Amino acid sequence: MSKYYLGIDLGSTTSKAIIINDKDEIIGRGITNTRANYKVAADIARQEAIYDARFSLLKKILEKEVTAQPIYEKYLNDIESAFQFLQFKRRLEHLHSQFNNTIESSDIFADKKLYLETIRNIISIIEPVIRDEYIYGNLGSKSQFFRDVVNEKFSIEVKKLDLAFFEPLMLAFDKSITPVENDMFEFNFKELVYEAMDLLDSKYKGLADTSAEGISVNFDAEMNLLKGNYDHITDTFKEHINRVADYEIHISNMVGTGYGRALLPFPEDCIKSEILCHAFGAHAIFPKTRTVLDIGGQDTKAIQVDSHGLVTSFHMNDRCAAGCGRYLGYIADELNISLNELGSSALKAEKEVNICSTCTVFAGAELRELLNIGEERNDILAGLHRAIVMRAMSLIARSGGVRNEFTFTGGVARNNAVLKYVSELVKENYGDDLKINVHTDSIFMGALGGAMFARRNINADLPSPKAKINN
Amino acid sequence: MSQEVSKEKSMILQKEMIGGLLDDLSITKETGKKVVYTFVPGNLSELIRAFDMLPVYPEINALQSGMRKISGNYIRDAEKAGHFEDVCTYVKCDIGMMINGNIGPTGKKLPDPDLLLLSYTGCFTFMKWFENLERIYPGVPVAMLHTPYQENGKITPEMTQYMVKQLKEDVIPKMEKVSGKKFDESKLKQTLAESVKVEDLIVKIFDTTKNRPSPIDAYFAGVYYIGPINIGFRGTPEAVTYYEELYKEILYRVENKLGPITPEGEVDEKIRLVVEGPPNWTSFREFWKLFYDHGAVIVSSSYTKVGGVYDTGFRHDPERPLETLGEYCMHCYTNLNLPQRIELLSKSIKDYHADGILVNSIKSCNSFSAGQLIMMREIEEKLEIPVGFIESDLVDPRYFSYSNIKNRLDSFFQMLNQRKTISN
Amino acid sequence: MLSFDLNFEYARNWKSKEASRVILGYTPIYFPREIVHAVNGLSVGIFGSGDRKQIIKGDAFYQSYICHIPRGIIEMVLDGNMKSFDGFVFPSICDVMRNLSGIFKIQKKGKFVKYLDYPQNFNSEIGGTFYIQEMKHILEYIFEINNVKLTTENLNNSIRLFNKNRQLIKAIYDLRREFPSRITYEELYHIIRAGTVITVEEHNEMLEGVLDFLNNEKGEPLDKIKVIIYGAFCEQPPVGLIKTIELAGCYIIDDDLVLGSRWIQGDIKDDTDDPLKALSEAYLKNSTFSSSMYDVNNPKGERLVKLAKDSKADGIIFAAPSFCDPALLDIPQLQQACDKHDIRHIMFQFSENTGQFKVIKEQVGAFSDSIKLWV
Repeated sequence: MSKYYLGIDLGSTTSKAIIINDKDEIIGRGITNTRANYKVAADIARQEAIYDARFSLLKKILEKEVTAQPIYEKYLNDIESAFQFLQFKRRLEHLHSQFNNTIESSDIFADKKLYLETIRNIISIIEPVIRDEYIYGNLGSKSQFFRDVVNEKFSIEVKKLDLAFFEPLMLAFDKSITPVENDMFEFNFKELVYEAMDLLDSKYKGLADTSAEGISVNFDAEMNLLKGNYDHITDTFKEHINRVADYEIHISNMVGTGYGRALLPFPEDCIKSEILCHAFGAHAIFPKTRTVLDIGGQDTKAIQVDSHGLVTSFHMNDRCAAGCGRYLGYIADELNISLNELGSSALKAEKEVNICSTCTVFAGAELRELLNIGEERNDILAGLHRAIVMRAMSLIARSGGVRNEFTFTGGVARNNAVLKYVSELVKENYGDDLKINVHTDSIFMGALGGAMFARRNINADLPSPKAKINN
Repeated sequence: MSQEVSKEKSMILQKEMIGGLLDDLSITKETGKKVVYTFVPGNLSELIRAFDMLPVYPEINALQSGMRKISGNYIRDAEKAGHFEDVCTYVKCDIGMMINGNIGPTGKKLPDPDLLLLSYTGCFTFMKWFENLERIYPGVPVAMLHTPYQENGKITPEMTQYMVKQLKEDVIPKMEKVSGKKFDESKLKQTLAESVKVEDLIVKIFDTTKNRPSPIDAYFAGVYYIGPINIGFRGTPEAVTYYEELYKEILYRVENKLGPITPEGEVDEKIRLVVEGPPNWTSFREFWKLFYDHGAVIVSSSYTKVGGVYDTGFRHDPERPLETLGEYCMHCYTNLNLPQRIELLSKSIKDYHADGILVNSIKSCNSFSAGQLIMMREIEEKLEIPVGFIESDLVDPRYFSYSNIKNRLDSFFQMLNQRKTISN
Repeated sequence: MLSFDLNFEYARNWKSKEASRVILGYTPIYFPREIVHAVNGLSVGIFGSGDRKQIIKGDAFYQSYICHIPRGIIEMVLDGNMKSFDGFVFPSICDVMRNLSGIFKIQKKGKFVKYLDYPQNFNSEIGGTFYIQEMKHILEYIFEINNVKLTTENLNNSIRLFNKNRQLIKAIYDLRREFPSRITYEELYHIIRAGTVITVEEHNEMLEGVLDFLNNEKGEPLDKIKVIIYGAFCEQPPVGLIKTIELAGCYIIDDDLVLGSRWIQGDIKDDTDDPLKALSEAYLKNSTFSSSMYDVNNPKGERLVKLAKDSKADGIIFAAPSFCDPALLDIPQLQQACDKHDIRHIMFQFSENTGQFKVIKEQVGAFSDSIKLWV
């Protein structure tokens, strides 16, 4: 039986899980937003990783078929999307009942019947919209978490209503979402996959009747092809799915890491420093890396690594939000745009407006002032992105500079504008021929490192047993 | 808590010493003894005692308040009275304590100063501190003793002369006036001779960390051992007795290969560290635990040298009493220039076989903090030794983030352990 | 833009004209420039990089809770802006600058680096002697480089020229105190700062010209209050901030921004046969007040109040750089002194690269209005 190893990284903003096999290959990735209940966050991330692992196993088994008929890959991906939607749906149902509880139990909602009705309406509107986004729009791969997905659609609907509804409904949302987030949902993989396939029936069989938007003509043609073979495919798949669903993913060892604001929900001897995990993970993917920069949600780390992937020195900025992901979150809020849009907007700039404030709080005020005097939003964004990178550069300089190769990781590495300025400033200050590594799995580096430590069964450091004093 | 420490005779001696001083301070109205407020760096306790006066150290009051967890309120009161964030929290704590009646650690009111001995040594803030105190105690004479900075890494005759003249023309006359006694040079010489004994002993004591395992922790316990020297007992027979007893106890530990004592028992030494920078006082115990839980023992620290650096050979010289007082002041850790500090730390790392060096950067202390980053890099490069970096504060509890520090320390210790595994 | 040239072009050009010329860089607050002048040297003030340079390397040397000025200075010295400087002097002002001298030594910048430990004892035989020894050390360093020996005549001559410089500056300030509308503070600031990077001869000429202009210019007085700025004696506020204060309704009629150029009150004796002693005496007895000088026998609170009253200021703006120990530790007692004498004041913190002036504008504007309306 194959052995698998799990690494979980509880970050300040997101929780990640990685499952590797005994060749250090990643077979499953899970990510969710960190919430108040750390244990739930860890469990959800782990659960996601396990499902992801099963799907990747499924894809592996069906490799031959997929190569022969590429359309199968589409179908597999669709199953995964539907699967994710069904998880979402369960949570949505739970949220609905929480809404009902909230409304029933609070006097803020004077006309309870009206509110219950309103909520029911809203949910019935947004659910199919979201379903279609999952199935047709591949929402599942966009790393939008439950809270964000619902919040977005919910807000749109609430804004359509009378202004008087706004506050109470948003209040109801805040009160109801937390218990849902802190609850763990157990799913049966096999059942859920079958359900997903059933759901897809409507997509494939009733293709001409679908009202989903944005389906390309190409797709139509392919689907027609698939439609023809549909029944045959589903039967073959069911066989493999059964196998995969029953397959035991045995986790031989796990390592948890993360920033311990509260106690990490792992047994003490399974915890390893996030700095070491991060460095190890980055080094695993880029063996020649010697400097790693991780810009996370609330802290930034500059790590120097040797040829074995072991840390030789590190520096952290964890007292100050400037230069961390939070900074971008704050800016996104100020400008009322989503985090995902920040980078692309900044890249459209014609020049960078100089931002003087190094403090997140004051940067917001400076931003407003600049808008007032007529600076272009994109130019300001470019300046802000540059400013955040400047802070990271100071940290790097403090930790001894950048040595070839330089690996940039962390959630913020997904922002293309940040990436642009990191490359520019690193090259400017440390040489043009420096190799800069970025990876789509940047955000998983810590979890990967943890999983790899788990595989090597390197003992975490236990508190030393105290000797008795002689009298 | 556990089987403990209160059994040690040296601890009893120290408690008696300090208790005695506090008792004396509480009855100055009756005894008529004069009280001198001064600083630990540039601590002229021998001179103060030569005039039969009693010393009070606002810094020590501040750190005591920190350990008793009442400094936070004092600091807030000082800020309410107009003082700013970011400035030295010892000063704010002290001012807050005065606003609240100047109640000392034993709960009794501390006597007002009869003389403010501004030993301006190694720290710019000291000047501001006593300028502020002078406003709070108008009419109290202030004696300024300017200790020149060892800017070029050495003490020149000019610098010594400058200090001697200040002592002769300004400090001593003021002390004579306040105490009502004439300056007795022979008494000073006697006290200085005792000081030499104490200095010899403290050097020996801190040198025991050469052993594996180290019998003491030179930081968390070190600040406690240096106590009597810092609060005015250097040069007294009680101190000699104390340090002799302490040294005996430590030698016993060396012979029996015992590690340092902590509130939770003996440490099983796994990591040897040199620490640069003051400790955090408000979370002293929790802070220490973060170290001994990992078997980390500190074999040398720079903070224990703020009241005098003796391990490079300096001893008070009774034959040149005023010169030696000046040289002593100039030889305190924070009065050394950056290259000298790097040299001293490097030597400690080598002499005491440290696995790494940790810098505890204190937010409100610029004298220590400004320049620590480059010191770290120089040491890292020259000795190829891992350097750790944490940030906290002296006595403002708002600037001690437990999880922050734990995260960095855990990572640092794991890093050190990894390297040890590889090199073994 | 001579005053803010971070490459110190003027100094470099000046030095290149004669082989025995040397450049000495000095940091705030005060430096006895006469001695360098007397041995064919030019002392150049280093006030940090303000908001004119992006700091990356400099930040690596300092934690976030230390002021900004040393970062700019380090950035400049590492970037070679001061390559032509022969030596650096760091006058005692605070622990950050004190340790910065150590950093310069470690980085081996210049042919010599000296921390100038001003005496806090003001007795001629004690502090004075020590100060003279300090000055002699600097002269020895310079002698090693250019072999120019100090003569009594040369030093007296230098003293004469710098006396003139101080007289001219004082005359301008006095004039401006009465007629602040004749020249903006911003322009005045540029002119005074220029003096720290050019020769005293040229500066004196410049100042004569300015004085002439001021005497003839009538200007148009606006309804603004007269204020003194205190606290920015080391890290300088960006020019934009200074402009903002004036635009918000204030005439800045006195300040401590380039205090070093106005440090000695009155003339230094220029005809003695021991001019070093004359310089020392002037320092000990005739210095202005500042946060880096021990003041128990001559409290600065009183002196500030006197300055405010003599110059008929309406109020005082305490402007301190963030994290500046000398300023922040002093200001509470200065505020108390002001309160005792009913002098209005406000306070804000800045850093040399602040880009945000709106909040300060409002604060100063409200201050100005409140005084105009209710006093």
